[in-house]
Amino acid sequence: MARFIERHPAWALIVIIAVAVLAWLVFAIWPPGLEAAIGRKRVFLNAVLNGITLGGLYFLVASGFTLIFGLMRNVNLAHGSLYLFGGYIGYAVSTWTGSWILSFIVAFIAVALVGVILQLAVFRRMEGQDLRQTMVTIGLSIVFADLMLWVFGGDFYQVQTPSWLIGPVQLPLLTAIKSSGEPVYLQYPLVRLVIFAASVVIGIAMWLALNRTRIGMIVRAGVDDRDILAATGVRIQLVFVLVFALGAGLAGIAGVVGGTFQSLSPGEDTRFLLASLVVVIVGGMGSIPGAALGAVIIGLAEQLGSVYIPTYAIVVTFLIMVLVLALRPQGLLARR
Amino acid sequence: MSLLQSTQFRPDPSANATRRALLRTWPEFQNPVAWLVALILVIMPLIANGFFLIEIFATTLILGVIALSLMFLAGYGGMVSLMQLTVAGFAGYMVAVFGMSGNANISLGWPWWLATPMALALATLFGTLGGALAVRTEGIYTIMITLAIGAAFYYFTNQNWAIFNGHTGINTVATPHFWGVDWRSDIAFYYVTLGVAAICYFAVQYVSRAPFGLALQGVRDNPRRMAALGFNPNAHRIAAYAFAAFIAALGGVLQVWNYRQISPGSVSVGACIDVLIIAVVGGITRPIGPFIGALIFVLLRTFALDVLIKLGLDGNRFRLLIGLGFLAIVFWSSDGVIGLWERWRRRNASSTQRSGGGRHG
Repeated sequence: MARFIERHPAWALIVIIAVAVLAWLVFAIWPPGLEAAIGRKRVFLNAVLNGITLGGLYFLVASGFTLIFGLMRNVNLAHGSLYLFGGYIGYAVSTWTGSWILSFIVAFIAVALVGVILQLAVFRRMEGQDLRQTMVTIGLSIVFADLMLWVFGGDFYQVQTPSWLIGPVQLPLLTAIKSSGEPVYLQYPLVRLVIFAASVVIGIAMWLALNRTRIGMIVRAGVDDRDILAATGVRIQLVFVLVFALGAGLAGIAGVVGGTFQSLSPGEDTRFLLASLVVVIVGGMGSIPGAALGAVIIGLAEQLGSVYIPTYAIVVTFLIMVLVLALRPQGLLARR
Repeated sequence: MSLLQSTQFRPDPSANATRRALLRTWPEFQNPVAWLVALILVIMPLIANGFFLIEIFATTLILGVIALSLMFLAGYGGMVSLMQLTVAGFAGYMVAVFGMSGNANISLGWPWWLATPMALALATLFGTLGGALAVRTEGIYTIMITLAIGAAFYYFTNQNWAIFNGHTGINTVATPHFWGVDWRSDIAFYYVTLGVAAICYFAVQYVSRAPFGLALQGVRDNPRRMAALGFNPNAHRIAAYAFAAFIAALGGVLQVWNYRQISPGSVSVGACIDVLIIAVVGGITRPIGPFIGALIFVLLRTFALDVLIKLGLDGNRFRLLIGLGFLAIVFWSSDGVIGLWERWRRRNASSTQRSGGGRHG
């Protein structure tokens, strides 16, 4: 942090000012002039919270994508299909057993198994051929999309939120002061907050696993130099399978989360593939903290954009990507 | 051909040299199969009826032109760009926006001879800018950035009502009508697409042998060495994107004239990937590949339903068939159908050589 400020004082200043402005917008009571200019504070706060929680979902999808890319140099364009598959599995399990928690576990295991099969049967045979692997993932995504359309049809599905998570919760954030002097607090759906907290926990667990454990050390070494790692006697194929399973499983969990937040239908796979692409391009390929930062930025941009400039919301997301590519092509938090 | 042969009788060395130079530039002129295919394509309206002419052959040529632009980038530049269909779709949208269409509140109503060059120029600019972004990173990143551009454009057309008219798109786009000919009538339109496809094919063929194309192939194989030799790799790449964008834009203009409408569905991510499939299935090593791939794709798309039902299977599984076929090609023949054909011919040639006892040697 201190080094960053030393090296890029101008950027650090811009970031600090932006954070300060955001904090003021979130915590202060808006003066009437501001409300007249850009609308109610409640709308803004809802958009911010929606953006951050959507960022949590994007992080779940993109972290698996970036992990797989970082270690195996495999741009898995079937990642969106894994997401949708996990969502359908979660839907099936939760309607069948009625258990929301169980649907996460089953979705993780099922999609991780698909990942293991993919790695063992397909990608292992074409190691080091980046382009061919990517082409194969494109073919797989078409096949998966059609198979899922076959089984589940074109309907919209929504995973049932468990009863103990339904309903709003009052947050200690002021939206306005009533004329009687009584403060008005923000109401926000509990389930989104819980899911966001869960994705933060998963993110921290991943960071700890990568930075504090032996297997994490091996994975990090593999990201840096795969060949030397293999030469030191590590069973790299096993690590590959494990990482692919973890990445795919995370996509599966994200599918259940997305199915609860939003809905599942054909086409969602491309949407989340695009989201994870943009997130990892912005955050930096192969970097977990980068995926987290990129996910929050993109989630916020998408939600604030759709509130304040509805017909150009996607352009904001896209402009962020262009800006990052122009100023820092390797992504915000990538080392190379 | 006969004209070229007649020059042989004259003892003029310079004419002979010109002829050799011409043949070196265009080796196709010596290939009888190429002449046969060209002849069949030219007399096609005598053979095929309106449905085949437009739905199969004109569609094939249009998709082939768009895939050709991808083949140029991927085959000679080593850059797999998934946004070529997006560039084409952008050109189509621009034709609809600047020209005349059923949505009078959006279309500016320019005549076609003004709207089309405008659309071509804007789409080329769009493709060049996208390329300039994509070349900032290397190799495998290209595919992601171009896919992100394509997907962003698709969602943008869906969201934006002021220019792109949201998900309904722009309908009943006017087609050119001059010299007393309706250029969208079946036979005239077929010849327009054939002409454009031929020009694009020969342009790519020519550029691939011109100094620029050779330098581009050098950049593809070893950018650092080319930079050391004094070439600017990124400038060559961006120029390649510009050239490919122009070809894709031509395809896009033809496509919007063909369907007379354009909507976000025409620029969807699936459609972008279809173009990649067409190019890869046909083969990205030679300009003829995309056209072969497009023919296979269009035939499958048109007849898979009937064939599948006749075989007692679910007719809706057309995309599954396409996906599996694409996977098979990627697995077993990295240079597509052309590669399969060439390998088959080589094996045949080597077997006849063995039996003929070195007759060819």
